[in-house]
Amino acid sequence: MLSGRAESGGEAVIAAQKPFEVTPKLDESGTPIGELLEISMGPHHPSTHGVFRMDVTLDGETVVKLKPVFGYLHRNHEKIGENISYLATMPYTDRLDYFCSMTNNWAYALTIEKLAGLAVPERAEYIRVIMAELTRLQNHTSLIGFFVQDMGALGTPMMYAFREREKILDLFEEVSGARMMCNYMRFGGVRVDVSDAWLAQTKKIVGDYGKFLDEFEVFLNENEILLARTQGVAPISKEQAINASITGPLLRAAGVNYDLRKVDKYGIYSRFEFKVPLGETGDLYDRYMVRVLEMRESIKILNQALAGIPAGPIMDAKAKLRGFRPKAGEVYGRIESPKGELGFYVISDGGPSPYRYRIRPPSYINLTTLEDMCLGRKVADVIVILGSVDIVLGEVDR
Amino acid sequence: METLEQIKSRLEAALPSAKIEILANECAAGERSLLVDAASGFAVAKFLRDDAQLMLDYCSNVTGVDWPDKELTEKIKVKQVVDGVEKEVEEVKKTLRPGCLEVVFHLYSMTLKHGPVVLRMRTENRADKTHLPSLTPLWRGAEFQEREIYDLYGVIFDGHPDLRRILMWDGFEGYPMRKDYVAPDDYEYEPTPHDEVLEAAKKCYPAEPKVEVKP
Repeated sequence: MLSGRAESGGEAVIAAQKPFEVTPKLDESGTPIGELLEISMGPHHPSTHGVFRMDVTLDGETVVKLKPVFGYLHRNHEKIGENISYLATMPYTDRLDYFCSMTNNWAYALTIEKLAGLAVPERAEYIRVIMAELTRLQNHTSLIGFFVQDMGALGTPMMYAFREREKILDLFEEVSGARMMCNYMRFGGVRVDVSDAWLAQTKKIVGDYGKFLDEFEVFLNENEILLARTQGVAPISKEQAINASITGPLLRAAGVNYDLRKVDKYGIYSRFEFKVPLGETGDLYDRYMVRVLEMRESIKILNQALAGIPAGPIMDAKAKLRGFRPKAGEVYGRIESPKGELGFYVISDGGPSPYRYRIRPPSYINLTTLEDMCLGRKVADVIVILGSVDIVLGEVDR
Repeated sequence: METLEQIKSRLEAALPSAKIEILANECAAGERSLLVDAASGFAVAKFLRDDAQLMLDYCSNVTGVDWPDKELTEKIKVKQVVDGVEKEVEEVKKTLRPGCLEVVFHLYSMTLKHGPVVLRMRTENRADKTHLPSLTPLWRGAEFQEREIYDLYGVIFDGHPDLRRILMWDGFEGYPMRKDYVAPDDYEYEPTPHDEVLEAAKKCYPAEPKVEVKP
């Protein structure tokens, strides 16, 4: 009667996991005592990480139904992409997941390179890896800041996280001119070369990052409140995670070893040694821990990339930016962005703009099982669960 | 992973009623795709998911594509008798390619770490017969993406548990991602009581001075 997901086609849908059985108090005739309360969480709520709304039905404090409502930031990015040139789309991709503009650029550039058959010079590949891993570091750092803030640790941990994030954003600014909207990559390479001084500065910041993480982990890993609020909360099984197309740290927290840097080995990731951290139960603590460990692995990759970066050109000589018209055909390109699998699907008809331009946004699809995770939990948990999914509304609504 | 031809022949052996076609991709680096008729789409997808050799357990990307009616022109040479002499004359032959809405699924296997297999289905037309089977009962990851295609393209997915608009607001009319969609001139405009007040206020203003234009 009160379950959120009613009958759905009858086929083998993997059953929604319910941590606790929802048992509203009933009187003799079987009707619930008291009223169910329907509230709208968001769109303007500090914990929804943007303009995102959840229609929540509550029995007391317990969630019995939750429907996410999207679209407050919708500007039909895909339609815009189909009406402008290939190159003009590049700065638009910055605005998708505005925390990770570098990886958005890379995913788009990778797709178009696949479509047009462009090669990427060695130095540009290294720079891309460095930028992507720095992005992962700052995304996970600030996410953990938000995550503990959602649990009530107002201010301090987030300020610590933002202090570190700002150092990385300074690096981005120095090389691309913008802190967040970098617009840095191009088909067949990158826009600006990095200087030796920049590399030295990056080495220093990456070298110090481990110390910051040590400090962060001392404060948080065994924090009593963090343990109480995250352990055993909203677990997802492997099967459910795969079936719901969950990707990124959420998937690996559930114990599925699927990292596109290892599976697809795009770019030059096959050259670096790193591990893929996995969780066991997929609860909130695992999601937190997987992200912390991923940052440690990113530091390893960064150290290898900074040590091995060769001199050379940064753009493919064949690459043409203006008047770019790739041959007809279609491609799907994907990378492991900090939030999951970010994919671009482009159909070209030989014209100056794509015939079809589609984004596979990881955080949008990761929200599929939000209701399942929240059913039977308290309202306060909903906020933490949403925080652990790691959404950015620029990407969810597009 | 098996080649697309092998997958096709195994599918045809398992599901004799299915009409399957391999579509070429002009881009060398891109993948070719399997075009399946709507009636057997669900069964084919289920086979791809459950087959032990393929195990495509992960539906990564679901996309809609709009193909409006298109006039294809083709030059053909026809023999004609002109002034008693037989000559070859070029003629332009026009054929109409009927439009359709297409849904593309990119399927991968997380267990076996291979893929993608690209599965396509097409609706009969773009106007009234836009039904396709929903694959959400097989892969729940398709749920929001199919809702999005319904919202922006107008494909109706039979068997979807919760088919509503998702990005546009309820009550929105039209399908904005279609190629022939024309946005209304002014979204922002709505008549307000304010307009009447302004109109009434005009009476109180002095008439605008007439400016004589000298020739």
